[in-house]
Amino acid sequence: MKLGFLVDLNLCMGCKGCEVACKVENEVPLSSWRLRVKYIDIGTFPDAKREFTPLRCNHCENAPCERICPVSALHYLENGIVNVDSSRCIGCAGCMMACPYGAIYMDPETNTADKCTYCAHRIESGMMPACVVICPVQANIFGDLDDDTSHISQYIMAHQGAVQVRKPEKHTNPKHFYVGGGTQTLDPLAQQRIEGYSLFNNITHLDHIGDPNHGVIDRFLAPFESHEKLDNKSFVDFDNHESEGGH
Amino acid sequence: MVESTVHATHAVVTLDVALPGIIWGWMITLNMWAKSIGTGVILVGAFLLYRHKKDEMPNLRWTMPLISFIFLNIFLLFTLTDLHQPYRMVNIFLHPHWTSAITVGAWMASLFTALVTVLMVIGYFDAHPNVRKNCALANAARANSSLYEKLFPFVVFLAIPVTLYTAIIMAESSARELWQAPAEVMQMMWAALLAGSAALILVSGKWSAEARKDLALVLAIATFFSFLMYMGEYFFSFKSSEAEATLAYVHAGGAYNTEFWFGMVLGFIVPFFIAVGNMKSDNKTLLRFAAILALVGLYMAKDVWLKIPQMLPLS
Ligand code: SF4
Ligand code: SF4
Repeated sequence: MKLGFLVDLNLCMGCKGCEVACKVENEVPLSSWRLRVKYIDIGTFPDAKREFTPLRCNHCENAPCERICPVSALHYLENGIVNVDSSRCIGCAGCMMACPYGAIYMDPETNTADKCTYCAHRIESGMMPACVVICPVQANIFGDLDDDTSHISQYIMAHQGAVQVRKPEKHTNPKHFYVGGGTQTLDPLAQQRIEGYSLFNNITHLDHIGDPNHGVIDRFLAPFESHEKLDNKSFVDFDNHESEGGH
Repeated sequence: MVESTVHATHAVVTLDVALPGIIWGWMITLNMWAKSIGTGVILVGAFLLYRHKKDEMPNLRWTMPLISFIFLNIFLLFTLTDLHQPYRMVNIFLHPHWTSAITVGAWMASLFTALVTVLMVIGYFDAHPNVRKNCALANAARANSSLYEKLFPFVVFLAIPVTLYTAIIMAESSARELWQAPAEVMQMMWAALLAGSAALILVSGKWSAEARKDLALVLAIATFFSFLMYMGEYFFSFKSSEAEATLAYVHAGGAYNTEFWFGMVLGFIVPFFIAVGNMKSDNKTLLRFAAILALVGLYMAKDVWLKIPQMLPLS
């Protein structure tokens, strides 16, 4: 069995349903993403169009992240999924240097590496990944690539010549395919990131890798300190509310 | 207007998450720099011992492992502090994954540090017979003095892979194409010879002029070839669009252009000329100055090379 993904970019309408479903299903903390949908504007007005590209781990058959991990925290499952054992991870960030697709993040709550696991926990109990279930246009197609009769295999056969992977020159042999993509949507170097030209926010770079509350010394002290458990609320500033009757 | 400056075939990212930016920062630079000194002094020290009589370099037998010990510990300390889960470092020994150069390197560097520690203890107590006369460790070290000479060839041999494994980590970092160059291996070796000769120059005040001349020779060769390697990368490394986009950060107008050229001039060009001049007429002060410049410049060059590939968006 070799599980794989295919996204038909002709169908994707950029609703970000998959992004949100993934966040909820996997309790992905703020400032981190296992799956994101990138908006890319192509052309100049009035001949402009907006493309949407969902990006997640490719579960490469020849995964550089697995190879560089010094403690096998990243490992293959029998069904082809590249899984993470966060209880073993030492947080060296080697995998973040090795993954050519920037698919790995340092979880700010656990201070360990994490990424899309194709919802391995759901697969185990016979369910589909959360992003597949939520997609209103069925742009996410998931299944067994070894099975010629599976939906994904059939889809690949039906779209021969139009199926692409990201950065094939890296020889990672990704098990995540795109239909309807092109250089402008799949190659990050073919895209410009222009300062102040982003919808909704201007934050282009994270200002911390991993836990923002843990400096270097704190990382050593952390096991001996009993501080409040971090959750999503810890990352939001709620101090701006007015006290009752204050106006 | 921005729309008229964007080429029609270009795509503009209009909505995306915040990108991580520099993940391996100054601690990794410091770690690589310190390791270059830690292994370099052993390699250069071995070369000197091969070429000269021991009494020409009276303190080499103990200062060489001492310097190596100090910088290897700095290297190990910053390897540890850069981990987000430092206590789990032990997993590298309990659950080693041998395809990872990080694992192989950690094992080799630990063994190397242990052997260098033995050399340091023996070397120090041998050279200082009046220190801690009643200490069991000191006496055991003095009694086993010959162990030093038996271990030393293994330590020199091990210094080579300990120097080079970082290049293999770079090679395994498939997301950073700039580091995927065979030149990385040579750069690591030249960096070790440069750092090793520079560090030994600083303690060579009482050595024979001939020994110091050899140090100046190693420094001159190492700075020369280091500079050539960087220039080769700078001018010819257009092997992929990613490497080209990375090098734009050091080319004219790039964010790291100034630090890069400071590194090249301070670290390689100036020390090279001073070292060559020193081979004709021995000037200890000037040579020390060259050694310090070389160490500072090496840090800058390594820092730039570590950071620039991390500036690119990967997806
Ligand atoms: S996409 Fe990145 S994280 Fe996923 S398997 Fe490939 S190398 Fe590893
Ligand atoms: S950060 Fe964790 S998962 Fe990534 S390479 Fe290091 S130990 Fe492995």
